[in-house]
Amino acid sequence: MSKEERKLEIMKTALNLFAKRGFYNTTIADIAREMGMSVGNMYNYFPSKESLAKELLIYTSKVFGEEIRKINEMDISSKEKIKKIVELYFKKAQEEPELVDYFMRVYLSNKEIFNNGCEGMLCVSAFVTEIMIFFEEGVRKKELKNQDFFAAFGLFMGYIGGLAFLNRENILGKSLDEYIEPVSENIYNALKA
Amino acid sequence: MRSKPKLLWIDAVSCNGCSHSFFNIDLSFLDNFELLYHPLLPSGDFKIQNSDILIVEGAIKPNFLRLGFDLNELISKLFFKAKTVIALGTCAVYGGIFGEGLVFNKTSKGKFFKCKDKVINIPGCPVHPEWLFYILNMLKENKKIVLDELNRPVEIFSYTSHMGCTRNEYFEWKVDAERFGEKEGCLFYYFGCQGPFTHSSCNKILWNEVNSKPRAGTPCFGCTEPLFPKENLFQTETFMGIPANIPLGVSKRAYLTLSGIAKSLTNERLTKKLIKCENEDKQKDN
Repeated sequence: MSKEERKLEIMKTALNLFAKRGFYNTTIADIAREMGMSVGNMYNYFPSKESLAKELLIYTSKVFGEEIRKINEMDISSKEKIKKIVELYFKKAQEEPELVDYFMRVYLSNKEIFNNGCEGMLCVSAFVTEIMIFFEEGVRKKELKNQDFFAAFGLFMGYIGGLAFLNRENILGKSLDEYIEPVSENIYNALKA
Repeated sequence: MRSKPKLLWIDAVSCNGCSHSFFNIDLSFLDNFELLYHPLLPSGDFKIQNSDILIVEGAIKPNFLRLGFDLNELISKLFFKAKTVIALGTCAVYGGIFGEGLVFNKTSKGKFFKCKDKVINIPGCPVHPEWLFYILNMLKENKKIVLDELNRPVEIFSYTSHMGCTRNEYFEWKVDAERFGEKEGCLFYYFGCQGPFTHSSCNKILWNEVNSKPRAGTPCFGCTEPLFPKENLFQTETFMGIPANIPLGVSKRAYLTLSGIAKSLTNERLTKKLIKCENEDKQKDN
């Protein structure tokens, strides 16, 4: 296994532990034990829990960014793209719920961990850039309304993030998949030109 | 001694702004030429004749009378009697405000496209006097003038007007100007500056040797570009808050990534005013 692959394994293990026990209750030693590695060896991959947290965020953002880029490059309408992005997000939320957990419970709730090196949009830029391109092209094609970026971004991401969160809390009465259609429709109605 | 080059300058559909701009140089320079005709300067009576350099200032337009001829016919006659033709100003180059250009009509081919090998395009509204001075000097000295695909001299138009702008540090860190005319902040994000995508050397060869529009706190209007004038020149066109036009030579994805990072990494020094006006606090109090 290459060093990069091993790092990825560590990140996935850490994600699971953070989801189960919470970020502050999980130590590097816990992650090492779960990986069957020595703590000393762990530090060869990540010098601190904070650096692991940061790389995890960059990795997550890149995974989402690359998937949204594929959608951006499709020759389909903005309405169809909205549905594909919602689908992608809800699919990830169900297949890898710890990713959503990490984003909601660790990143958004513990900004002090990310003050050094992940300021502003730095570590999530791969994802945010693709959303910007999606919005920009939608307006350019006159399919979406020209409005403030964050007004639209908050509506889109806050909405689907909120649904994924409720799903994780087992509050939704139905499967997340059943929300793809109405949620996409609502987002489109709110953003359309 | 070589004889002086014969220079014939006519105004087509024009405001004569390029002439007036040119008058800011020392006009004794024209003593190096035999000035056959100029609409504003003392010169001989106009007649159809051979010339070494024909300058056409202004746009062409059908059924427009000039110097006793239909304008398009007049230019055709002079065009084929000239060794070199200078299309002077954005109107002559692309049509600009008044009509069609000689070689180009906005972004399409113009009436004289087939004869473009003879033409040197110098866009600008108006043309910077130093630019024309440079071209005339090169022609006088029989030096080769390298042109780009739009027949513009590369020495002048390879640059963007962004290059050399005193506000570049603010652009790098995405720090906006708060109002027109102030010395600090970038005019690209809100105030319509087209410098990063306008081919011109206004911030390299300064106007009156001292200033440029962006340096003085006014946005670059992109006056050297084929689609000049656009609307809303004092406001940046944005799509969902993202500039509709981005710097030349960079992909949208790369630009958004870079500018997002710059915005996230706040430059503390530039977010505060470098030079604080003494009266500023008092003005706010009032």
